Amino acid sequence: MNKLIVSPSPHDENYMKTSGIMLNVIIALIPALCVGCYIFGWRAVTLTGVCVSSCIIFEYLSRRIMNRSNTITDLSAVVTGVLWAMNLPVTLPYWMAVIGCFVAIVIVKQLFGGLGQNFANPAITARIVLMVSFPSAMTHWIQPVSYEYDAVSSATPLAMGEGGAMPSYFDLLLGNVGGCLGETCALALLAGGLYLAARRIISLAAPSAFIGSLAALMAIAGEDPLYHILAGGVFLGAFFMATDYATTPITFKGKIAFGLGCGIITFVIRYFGSYPEGVSFSILLMNILTPYIEQTTRTKVFGAKEAEKNEG
Amino acid sequence: MAEKKSLLNEITKGIVKENPTLVMLLGMCPTLAVTTQAKNGIGMGLATTFVLLGSNIVISALRKVIPDKVRIPAFIVIIASFVTFIGFILEGFVPDLYDSLGIYLTLITVNCIIFGRAEMFASKNGIAASACDAIGMGLGFTLALFLMGSAREIIGAGQWMGMNIPIIHNNPMLLFIMPAGGFFTLGVIIAAVNKISNKRPPQELGCHGCPNASACAQAGKGECEL
Repeated sequence: MNKLIVSPSPHDENYMKTSGIMLNVIIALIPALCVGCYIFGWRAVTLTGVCVSSCIIFEYLSRRIMNRSNTITDLSAVVTGVLWAMNLPVTLPYWMAVIGCFVAIVIVKQLFGGLGQNFANPAITARIVLMVSFPSAMTHWIQPVSYEYDAVSSATPLAMGEGGAMPSYFDLLLGNVGGCLGETCALALLAGGLYLAARRIISLAAPSAFIGSLAALMAIAGEDPLYHILAGGVFLGAFFMATDYATTPITFKGKIAFGLGCGIITFVIRYFGSYPEGVSFSILLMNILTPYIEQTTRTKVFGAKEAEKNEG
Repeated sequence: MAEKKSLLNEITKGIVKENPTLVMLLGMCPTLAVTTQAKNGIGMGLATTFVLLGSNIVISALRKVIPDKVRIPAFIVIIASFVTFIGFILEGFVPDLYDSLGIYLTLITVNCIIFGRAEMFASKNGIAASACDAIGMGLGFTLALFLMGSAREIIGAGQWMGMNIPIIHNNPMLLFIMPAGGFFTLGVIIAAVNKISNKRPPQELGCHGCPNASACAQAGKGECEL
């Protein structure tokens, strides 16, 4: 009856399961997703549906083929699917979105050993693979709230350049601009990020270092810092991708270094490069550096410093 | 009879069992760089086969003359002569191919397949065996490059040997003709070859996992010859 359990710590087993964390991330993504569906119309809904369902199917099939346990219930495939859909222009053909799901789930995640073993963020990698594979389809933006999918492509706030009819801060906050499905409404993304921080699912170290360093560098370079952090995918990347457990450092110092690196690379690509947007590349590059950041920022065990000194 | 059988074995081993590119992972530079088209893959493969055949025969014939200490410079001189020769022939008769192979044609001189076969095989075996080895290895290399080139050209450009492939041609996946796609295609083909030949990854790196073990004098003693 009253068995004495001898086991190593932690003894409190009331911690949050993976599915609980993923469910919270999905809740945090819902506001931005709803705004995206309102701005870009019914096709945003079907595109998200296609992405989520094909991510789940690919996850199931690849685990099945590799004789591993079924992991659909941890909801990580759903999160990847939603994040992936939010990274897409709403006019993208469905079959291209499915190829992206294949890249994200099978190649980036399952071939490296499943959740927690992936070296890079699946949705970011899929986005970059499609960016370089189908550049025209991935940069076909429509006017917000117009629902005209065949219209001539409009520019994102970042590609509009100086002068011209730049959207106001208010439009950027509410998402009334062209862009990817889920990146336009900064306010909804901020709300989602703060919800995750309040539930202690993510730490705000990496996002604030990311956004702060980008704003500071833009201010030094003479650009409008507020415009640059509100436009494009900075909020989506900073709150939902630079905080991924598997592909970013776990130490506090490491998180700050990760965020700073993302900010600097994004600045360099936006300011000097030919791509208008650099958030996805910066996060992927810092994902690759994560093991090194973790190694250099590893905390020492208590007493290790003195022991080292004594050994001299 | 036994002699004949072993010569045939020298040819066939290079095509699948000891394929220089897909099993021994030699000659990665031309494999990844020129295989954006199937045609380039065949051209590169045949040019390398020619150089390999010539250098293997000459090195095998001179193996008792070349002093051990200066064998590498001697090999380079022999290989470079054949590379210069095939370079002139290609430039004269198929200038298109010559242009698309570019610098990688002259780089055949330092292709590790040719060096590897000279060091591992031609400097230890007779002329007939060395020639058969060169043909087998060359065909294996050509086959691997042709496979890579076909896959990358079909998916990445929607074409194959100059023909347009319907459907894919409208929306080719450009990634595949970029360097990243080359690595990806190579990985998938190597995985497929391992699956077909039912090879398991070695538990630890050692002589039993090394495809060169049969030619290596130090096999099983733990220290590599090269």
